[in-house]
Amino acid sequence: MPGDFLNPEERIDLSPEIGDETKTTTCYMCACRCGIKVHLRDGQIRYIEGNKDHPVNKGVLCGKGSAGIMQHYSPARLTKPLKRKGPRGSGEFEEIEWDEALKIVSARLAKIRAEDPRKLAFFTGRDQSQALTGWWASQFGTPNHAAHGGFCSVNMAAAGLYTIGGSFWEFGEPDWERTEYFMMFGVAEDHDSNPIKMGLSTLKERGAKFVSINPVKTGYSAIADEWIGIKPGTDGAFVMALIHELLHADKIDLDYLVRYTNAPWLVIRDPGAADDGLFARGADGEPLCWDNNTGQVADARLAGVAPKVIGEVTLDDGRTAVPAFQLMADRYMDTNYGPEVAALRSGVPAHHIRRIAAELAEAAFDKEIVLDVEWTDWAGRTQDKMIGRPVAMHAMRGISAHSNGFHTCRAIHVLQMLLGTIDVPGGFRFKPPFPRPCPPPQKPAGKPGQVQPDTPLPGPPLGFPTGPEDLLVDADGTAQRIDKAYSWEAPVSAHGLMHMVITNAWKGDPYPIDTLFMFMANMSWNSSMNTSGVIDMLTDRDAETDDYKIPFIVYSDAYWSETVPYADIVLPDTTYLERWDCISLLDRPICSADGPADAIRQPVVQPDRDVRAFQSVMLDLGARLGLPGMTNEDGTPKFPGGYPDYLVNHERAPGIGPLAGWRGEKGDSDGTGAVNPDQLNRYIENGCFWSHEFRENQRYYKHANRDYLEYAAAAGWIGSSDQIVMQLYSEPLQKFRLAAQGHGDIRPPEQHRVRVGGYFDPLPTWYRPLESQDGIEDEYPFYALTQRPMAMYHSWGSQNAWLRQIHTSNRLYMNRNKAELEGLQDDDWVWVISYHSRIKVQIRLMEGTQQDTVWTWNAIGKRSGAWNLDPDAPEAKKGFLLNHVISELLPPKENGYRYSNSDPVTGQAAWYDLRVRIEKAEPGDAADETTFPQFEAQPRRGGHSLRDNILRYGGLFKPKRSKNDGDCQ
Amino acid sequence: MTLLPPRVQPGNAQLGLVIDLDTCVGCHACAVNCKEWNTGGHSAPLPDHDPYGADPNGVWFNRIHTFEAGEGTASRTVHFPRSCLHCEDAACVSVCPTGASYKREEDGIVLVNEDACIGCKLCSWACPYGAREYDTDAGVMKKCTLCIDRIYNENLAEEDRVPACVSTCPASARHFGDLNDPDSEVSQLVSERGGKELMPELGYKPVNRYLPPRAAKKEQGPSGVGASLPPLADLAPDGDSRFLRWVDRVLSR
Repeated sequence: MPGDFLNPEERIDLSPEIGDETKTTTCYMCACRCGIKVHLRDGQIRYIEGNKDHPVNKGVLCGKGSAGIMQHYSPARLTKPLKRKGPRGSGEFEEIEWDEALKIVSARLAKIRAEDPRKLAFFTGRDQSQALTGWWASQFGTPNHAAHGGFCSVNMAAAGLYTIGGSFWEFGEPDWERTEYFMMFGVAEDHDSNPIKMGLSTLKERGAKFVSINPVKTGYSAIADEWIGIKPGTDGAFVMALIHELLHADKIDLDYLVRYTNAPWLVIRDPGAADDGLFARGADGEPLCWDNNTGQVADARLAGVAPKVIGEVTLDDGRTAVPAFQLMADRYMDTNYGPEVAALRSGVPAHHIRRIAAELAEAAFDKEIVLDVEWTDWAGRTQDKMIGRPVAMHAMRGISAHSNGFHTCRAIHVLQMLLGTIDVPGGFRFKPPFPRPCPPPQKPAGKPGQVQPDTPLPGPPLGFPTGPEDLLVDADGTAQRIDKAYSWEAPVSAHGLMHMVITNAWKGDPYPIDTLFMFMANMSWNSSMNTSGVIDMLTDRDAETDDYKIPFIVYSDAYWSETVPYADIVLPDTTYLERWDCISLLDRPICSADGPADAIRQPVVQPDRDVRAFQSVMLDLGARLGLPGMTNEDGTPKFPGGYPDYLVNHERAPGIGPLAGWRGEKGDSDGTGAVNPDQLNRYIENGCFWSHEFRENQRYYKHANRDYLEYAAAAGWIGSSDQIVMQLYSEPLQKFRLAAQGHGDIRPPEQHRVRVGGYFDPLPTWYRPLESQDGIEDEYPFYALTQRPMAMYHSWGSQNAWLRQIHTSNRLYMNRNKAELEGLQDDDWVWVISYHSRIKVQIRLMEGTQQDTVWTWNAIGKRSGAWNLDPDAPEAKKGFLLNHVISELLPPKENGYRYSNSDPVTGQAAWYDLRVRIEKAEPGDAADETTFPQFEAQPRRGGHSLRDNILRYGGLFKPKRSKNDGDCQ
Repeated sequence: MTLLPPRVQPGNAQLGLVIDLDTCVGCHACAVNCKEWNTGGHSAPLPDHDPYGADPNGVWFNRIHTFEAGEGTASRTVHFPRSCLHCEDAACVSVCPTGASYKREEDGIVLVNEDACIGCKLCSWACPYGAREYDTDAGVMKKCTLCIDRIYNENLAEEDRVPACVSTCPASARHFGDLNDPDSEVSQLVSERGGKELMPELGYKPVNRYLPPRAAKKEQGPSGVGASLPPLADLAPDGDSRFLRWVDRVLSR
């Protein structure tokens, strides 16, 4: 019939060329650092895909990575160095040349360095070049340096490094191929994106059980076999109850504990003595155990001793001691740590806790894995097989972002140790260069006397204190760093406290600074607590002099973020596709448990703007300042070629540089070796990464595996191939506690004693998160949390034309049943009120949220006009930040003192301690249908005009559709 | 109106996707990778209106819907990727007044010939799955092509000749193949995992399949619900006798 059609002739080009050139590099759309292939056509980016050969992502790529094109072409890109013209925050700048910008900054820094290097606070955000930036700070001579770890996950890193010599994510991974039971604690949707998704898929394919402990059932938790909707901040109580059950049933791997942990080490019992609770040690400082073979004390590290794990012993000096194991068992077998008490604290019913303990025991002991792989232990003894306990665990922000996170993370590691499941088949596996000694031997530099004009620090600004003598405090106990890291307020703050820098600098506490230099950290928005307050501090002036209280701010970023308007000088960075970078073993490596790896970024396209890579700028500044490591003796720059020059030619120690692959003059040496001028080309030829696979006998028991340990020592990862003994009982913590009890020369000032003495417990303990203490929960009954959606990374996503279509605004999520009981309905506007402040937001109800918890996605809310979005963009008008109701300071103590809102051990920002109450907003409360607070719109910026109202990206690549094209089918 | 090809015969390919709801975590990798491939591919561009403005919205061939099924702690958070299902009885084709919308006989892929599309949107009204995407800028209907410019592409390595969404999925939740071949990997998967058609009662015979979540291992172990570890009975729960079990253990480093 007329009008009917069949098989119309459409000519389709089935085999188009993707592009005219393909380049490999490393993604930077989040922190996973996946390998990517970037296809170019006519110099434009046609397509970005995962690199199948790459050890991190094996060809897959997440939504963020796939949106890299839009990040690269974002209209929010900065285009030229800027000098502030209007008042701070106005966003009024004049464009200046690079030479002028660098002259201004270097003149200011040179003056500071000659007078008092501490007056430079140099803090970097999601910096993937911390090996460079930390070294730069040290060369400059300021102790005031850290990256974002203090407000991210230092609790995980510190607890792991002090306990097992490694931690999660970059430090280790579950044995996805072999585990039978996987527990994931507090992992946000976007964390370790591709590796976890790939791993979970493998796990489910294999039929292993996946339990997610998380107050929110989204993301990974959505596909868990079992979701434990725990109350925030109570995971420690839950874990210790599991330990309680396993101890009472004797379902623990005592052989593992004796061989690989300090469980048998003897702890001195002499209450009141200066060494009470420390390890009994021999003449050479060796820890002692009681050897049942000889009936006397022996070096606990010796192979072949038959240690006692229970029973008091008398030491040579007549005092008594007990094995650490007994102290541990004594604590957790107590009914205070049993399932009933834990159920009250965590909201997880006691019978579930008992059942999960039984399941853990079943997986660990009834499903034991035996690999017929011969290996040699640390003492040189051949073992004919590898025994595996197939229980794996992973934990992250939900544990770390609480003020009890350090101890909770340690509790998880103790649970892993008891089950004998660390670096065994089926368990949690270390990724090289971990494990390292617990803790690693580096100490923070910056003690009084170590900071001198025109002089580098004698060491790195960050490290791992093992006692009061390592703190950065003066004789009065006053902090030496602007963030008060390594002071009595946060003794083990291994990543610093970036969240306190602006507040302390504004107050001049402990001293005023001159220049705040930041990189890629959105500190006037989503990366600060008390955002409104921080904005005021950045613009606050001295009443007498009218100078800004923070005198000078230098900021480097690639984009027109909320923070840029607060800078006095802006140094515009490149996008990730325009730059050299290195993912170094000296920094945050990308290794797998089966072998080391590192990677580079190479410029895939050239900048079309007057921007420079931040790292090259730092090396330039370093040379202008004459910093020793960056300047030749004749005063010329040591790395005139910028960052790529440094990547190849810098040696941290002889033969050890930023990149481990293709070292040696001929490029034939892996790990260590002479500088290879052709090194970057070799990386590019290999897809921009290097990796090495361990032999089968090096892949497990790395803490006690001679073939691994010797390899690691030769590579410079560890100082010697000695066994790494895990620290179930932590002596460094006890040393701080003893100081608080009045022992030793270096003691906390009176006002900090109770706090230090209480929280420095050598065994993991649980206490209510600090903001939940003092009965605040009656007035503020909800826990309030944030996470990021899978398709966003921090503040970057909203400038991305594609990603912002996925999430254009955020809601506050509440448990449906609970909300309805409170008279709230979907889409209601509510006030979220903390003891600090309040915000107005719109709610969405859901089933999969723990009933006492509210949460939101924090990557989405934007300041009006920021990121060159329309001032009326939903990100600004409907989106919101929870940060406004989180204070960076805890409520005042009786003496009026306000501690930082941080873990008292590590200084980790306690974002998730927040307590709020929810009140329905009435019409007319602030502006209707708009979130509160709102800020004056940031002016748009950039030589790049906003695009047309329609973005037709890719139209140029459209295949020609000639009907007569014979080449098409 | 446009005719569908003759009934599918054995041996006649019906290419499609099998999507695993057991491992999909809703990360949008498939949606965005689809967008970046196709915005420069056969149907280029996939325009975005008001991309940096107050109401950004663009053309996407693949969208993820997230919802909850069930109530209380037993509820499930479902991430549901949704794209053209390449139906055997594709209403979008039979309704097309110009022959622009068509189903390929050789592989079953439903396409739109943009040169013949008049933008009347009848197809999008007819599609019960909401899988069509109207490009108001070009005035033509667009849709998932199963990456027809990838799957036969001789410029790609053989392993890469799959739709972009399949290639990029980090959770291995997307599979591509011939669902009319009972021996194909995708047909085997459907058979093993009880793959489902979407709304079969409507009769459009969608080719794509969804694999339902595997049965959750809730209370596992030999004793199941209410299991607990028996404390060692001969020992008191408190006091030093708790430790007797370990006192005489012969241990060796």
